Amino acid sequence: MAVRVQAERFDTGVEIEALVAGNFAIGGVTSFTGYVRDFSTESGVVAITLEHYPGMTERMLETIEAEARQRWDLEAALIIHRYGRMTVGEPIVLIVTASSHRQAAFESAEFLMDWLKTKAPFWKCEETKDGSEHWVDARESDDAAAARWGR
Amino acid sequence: MNVLYFAWLRAKIGSASEDLTLPEAVVSVGDLIGWLKERSPGHAAAFADISCVRAAINQEFVDLDTIIPPGAEVAFFPPVTGG
Repeated sequence: MAVRVQAERFDTGVEIEALVAGNFAIGGVTSFTGYVRDFSTESGVVAITLEHYPGMTERMLETIEAEARQRWDLEAALIIHRYGRMTVGEPIVLIVTASSHRQAAFESAEFLMDWLKTKAPFWKCEETKDGSEHWVDARESDDAAAARWGR
Repeated sequence: MNVLYFAWLRAKIGSASEDLTLPEAVVSVGDLIGWLKERSPGHAAAFADISCVRAAINQEFVDLDTIIPPGAEVAFFPPVTGG
């Protein structure tokens, strides 16, 4: 089980291979990779800077991961979240869950992502073509997605 | 006591952290916000809409009525937008 908070890029394929290597109890792996996208199309986002709360970030991600392990029978799990400046198209976040059975892998990956979105102390600041910057607002739909898992 | 600010709260206040000695009347997180708002126009702007502010004590999310323990690390930030 692992949590990593880093500035460097990661390679989803390499991370999955490393996580499952040698564990033959694993029947399936689910992964989610989040990318920097241009989500306010009219303004033209070219990059984002992710700020975080060092210390609390790691602590919250570890708490979330422990919760997933308690709820599902997982053979392995990995959360990687980047911070700092990233340009459009770069990966930001990776969730990998591995289990004997697909249902635990699918569900726990979705749970980890939903909880991370509302509980991990990261903040996105968008940078547009004209050089202006603005902080991204939290979305109510993320709260609703996290709430369906209970507490 | 150390108070940390993140994202647009940090930008509005113009500082990532402040080492402060609180008056005795400041007991809860809500009291602290009320007191901080008086410190500068930047502080007042950062805390103008409390519905957009979240707080943590010693790196755990807390409500505004939470009592601040001695020597705590208190942090203020907007709702999180990671992932």
